[in-house]
Amino acid sequence: MSTPIRLRKGLNIKLAGKAEKILLPEVPVSRYGIRFADFPGLNAKLEVKEGTVVSAGSVLFHDKLIPEIKYVSPVSGVVKEIVRGEKRLLLEIVIEQQGSEKVDFGTADPLKLSREEVKGRMMISGMWPVMRQRPYHIVARPAAVPKAIFISAFDTAPLAPDLDFVMVNTQGGHIQTGINALSRLTDGKIHLSFDMDGSRVAEVRNLKGVELHTFTGPHPAGNVGIQIHHIDPVSKGEVVWYIDIQDVVALGRFFNTGFHTRDRIISLAGPGVLHPKYHRTRPGASVSAILKSNLIDQHQRVISGNVLTGKMITADGSLGFYDNMLTVLPEGDYNEFFGWATPGFDKFSYWKTFLSKIIPKKEYVLDTNMHGGHRAFVVTGHYENVLPMDIYPVHLVKAIMAGDIELMENLGIYEVAEEDLALCEYIDPSKIEFQEIIRQGIDLMIKEMN
Amino acid sequence: MNFLLKQIKKVKPHFEKGGRFEKLRSVFDGFETFIFVPEKVTSKGSHIRDYMDMKRTMTVVILALLPALLFGSYNIGLQHTRAFGIEGWSLMQMFWFGFLKILPLIIVSYGVGLGIEFVVAQLRGHEINEGYLVTGMLIPLIMPIDVPLWMVAVSVAFAVIIGKEIFGGTGMNILNPALTARAFLFFSYPGWMTGDSVWIEGLTKGTAVDGFSGATPLALAKLDEFDRMPSVTDMIIGTIPGSVGETSVIAILIGALILIATGVGSWRIMLSMTLGALGMGLLLNISGSSEYSQLPAYYHLIMGGFAFGAVFMATDPVTAAQTNTGKWIYGALTGIMVVIIRVFNPAYPEGTMLAILLMNVFAPLIDHFVVNANINRRLKRVKTT
Repeated sequence: MSTPIRLRKGLNIKLAGKAEKILLPEVPVSRYGIRFADFPGLNAKLEVKEGTVVSAGSVLFHDKLIPEIKYVSPVSGVVKEIVRGEKRLLLEIVIEQQGSEKVDFGTADPLKLSREEVKGRMMISGMWPVMRQRPYHIVARPAAVPKAIFISAFDTAPLAPDLDFVMVNTQGGHIQTGINALSRLTDGKIHLSFDMDGSRVAEVRNLKGVELHTFTGPHPAGNVGIQIHHIDPVSKGEVVWYIDIQDVVALGRFFNTGFHTRDRIISLAGPGVLHPKYHRTRPGASVSAILKSNLIDQHQRVISGNVLTGKMITADGSLGFYDNMLTVLPEGDYNEFFGWATPGFDKFSYWKTFLSKIIPKKEYVLDTNMHGGHRAFVVTGHYENVLPMDIYPVHLVKAIMAGDIELMENLGIYEVAEEDLALCEYIDPSKIEFQEIIRQGIDLMIKEMN
Repeated sequence: MNFLLKQIKKVKPHFEKGGRFEKLRSVFDGFETFIFVPEKVTSKGSHIRDYMDMKRTMTVVILALLPALLFGSYNIGLQHTRAFGIEGWSLMQMFWFGFLKILPLIIVSYGVGLGIEFVVAQLRGHEINEGYLVTGMLIPLIMPIDVPLWMVAVSVAFAVIIGKEIFGGTGMNILNPALTARAFLFFSYPGWMTGDSVWIEGLTKGTAVDGFSGATPLALAKLDEFDRMPSVTDMIIGTIPGSVGETSVIAILIGALILIATGVGSWRIMLSMTLGALGMGLLLNISGSSEYSQLPAYYHLIMGGFAFGAVFMATDPVTAAQTNTGKWIYGALTGIMVVIIRVFNPAYPEGTMLAILLMNVFAPLIDHFVVNANINRRLKRVKTT
C-alpha cells in the first residue's frame, strides 16, 4: 500500500442520527421508480408504455445519443405510470412489482471476454450506467478508453454508511469478478481507496488487479473526485471512470449469475429517524417500508442520498440509482427571533462566530432552513478551506456565471462534480447555489464540446 | 415573539407586489429579516446550510470596531480638555462628551447610507445588503471630529452611489467605500481634512490654550519636528490627536483579535501589511538620507491610520485580493506604499488611505497572476504526462 494521502481541508458536519450498525433484511415493496434526474444530461428514449409488462432486466428506455446504453427495470411487474413534468419532461417511470421473472443474460468469465464483449454485455443488461466518468460526472461514454478506473471504499459524507460494515455483510465471491470485468475496460490502473482503517473483509483487502490507496482527512476525502485529483488528475482530453463499490459487487454478480440485480445495503440516518439502522434494499425501491413508523413526525424531509448532495423525495418515493443512504431531517420552515444574533451554543457551524466552537457537542440536530438570504460573494479565503483540490472554487463559479468556456476549462471544470463543492455551498454566508452553478457549467461544457 | 411574528405576517401583504406600500417592500423586508430569520427552506443543492449569514458576518466586524469607537469617544473628550485647558473632568465625563460629539456623525452616516441602500434595493428588487452596516460605522471613525455634518452626508452619498452601487452593489465594488468617502472629502475639502485644528473638537472655532497644538504625529514628522512628537506609549494607548477611531493601537488590536479569532478578517493581510511597512521602514533606516527616513521603522505602525487601515480597511474582503497568495502580496505592497507616501510625498502627511485605495485597484491584477499560476500548473500536467 502506498503512503497515505493526508488531506487537511474539508469539514465533517456533526449531524445527529448516525445509523446503528444493525442490518435489517429486505422488506418486499410493491412500488419501484426510476428517476430521470439521477442521470444528468441524459436524453432518454422510452421503450415501454404504461401497462407494459416487464421482467427484472427488461429495457425501459435507452440513451438517444448512444442507443446501446440501456436502462432496465430493477424488478418484474407492470409499468404503472410514466410521470412527466413541464413540457412533457420525463420525470419518473413507476413500476408495480408483480411476479419474479428475470431476464437471463448468461454467465461469462470477463477475463475471457474482449473489451467490446464486456461492454456489450454491460450495456444490454442495464449494468452500464453504474459506470460514470470525469469529466462531467455523467454515465460513462463507452466509446472512450479511460486512463484509469477509480473506486472509493469509504464515504465521508454526513451520516454516510460505513462501507466497511456494508462490505462485511455483502455476499462474497463476486467482487473479484467485478474487478476483472473493470480490468478489461481500461489499459491503465484500477485504483481502490480506503480510509486509515482499511477493510476488515479479506476478499476486499486482497483484491487482485487493483492499486490500493489510503486517504485521511475530513469530508470530502471519500469523494471519488477528490481521490482522482490526488492520485491521477483529469486533464483536458483525458477520461477516467469510476464506480460505487457495491456496484462492483453487482457487476461481478451479473457476470457470475447472468442476472441484473443491484441489491445493496443502505443506511437510514438523520435526526428525523427513530431507529437509524442499515437496511437491505435496491435502487428504485420505494422507501415507504423502510420509513414506516420510523419517522419522528411528519414534518420531516426525506432525502435519497446524503444531506449535502441527495435529492428530496416523498415518504413513498424511491431510492436513487446511485444512492447508498436515506437521510431524514426536520424541515426548517420557522422564523427564528434574531436568529443571526444568537450566541449559538447548539448551532453547529464551520464559522468560529458560534459558541458551539468553544463548547462543542458530539452531534447536532440541523434542519433545512436557509439561515439567511441570498447575497453576492463577499467573504473570501474560506471556500478553499473545504475543498481539498488545487482549484479556486469562487473563480471557477464566477467563470461559469460569465459563461467563459476557456476559463472554466483552465480553472478545472473537468475535474469537479457538484458533490465536490457541496461544502462550499454549505458554509457560504451569501447562500450561493454552488452545486447548481457547477452543473450548469458542466452542461455548458457538454454542449460546447460536442 | 409569536405576537410580534403574527403582526409582521399580518401587515406583510401590504408591502408585497400590488400592496398599498409596495414601494417600501425592501425596507419592510430588511426589517423583517433583521428581526426574524426567514422561514425559507432549501430547495436545491445542499439540504442544510450553515447558520452563518451576511448579517452575522457584518455584526462581527461591528463588534470588532467597538473598542476603537469607545476609546475614540473618550479621546475626543480628553483632547478637548487638553486643548482648552479644562481641568477636573472625570473619565466618564470625557467619554460622554466625546460620545455625544460622535453620535451625530454616526447617525448621519447610517441615515444617508442606509437610505440610499434601501432605495437601490427597492429599484433592483434585491434584498438589502448588510455591507453598509460596517461601512456606516467605519466612516465616522476615520473622520476628523470637527468635520461638518453636511460634508459627511455628501461624502457618504458619493461613496455609496459612485463607489459602490454603480458597480452593482456590495460585493461588486472595486474601492473600499469607507475610504472612498474619506478620499472624496480629502480632495474636495482639504481644509477640513488636514491641518492642526480639525482633530480636536471645537478647535476649528475656538482658540486653544497657549502651547497646545492639535497636530498629529504624522504632521509633526512631515515638518521634521520629531522632538515635539508624543511618546511611543501615548501613541500606542492612543491619547493623541487624530481621526476618531484611529489613534489607539490597543483598541484596534482588540478588534484585530476578534476578526482573526472568528476568521472574518484576514490575518494574512494584517500581518503582511505590517511586515511590508516594517520592511520598508527598515530599508529607509539603512539607506535613507532625510531625517524622516531615520525615524524608527515601528513608528509607522503606531502613527496615523496605519493600524486602523491594516485591520479594518485593507482586509475588506470585497476590495482586497481574494486568493491567499494574493493576500500576502497585496498586504505587503500596501504596507510598503504607506511608508513611501508618508516619507517621500511632499503634500500628504498620511499615506494609509491612498495606499489602500491604490492597492484596491491592483488587487484584481494580483489575483489574476495567482490564478494564472494555478492554470499553468494544470496545463503543465498535460505536457508532462
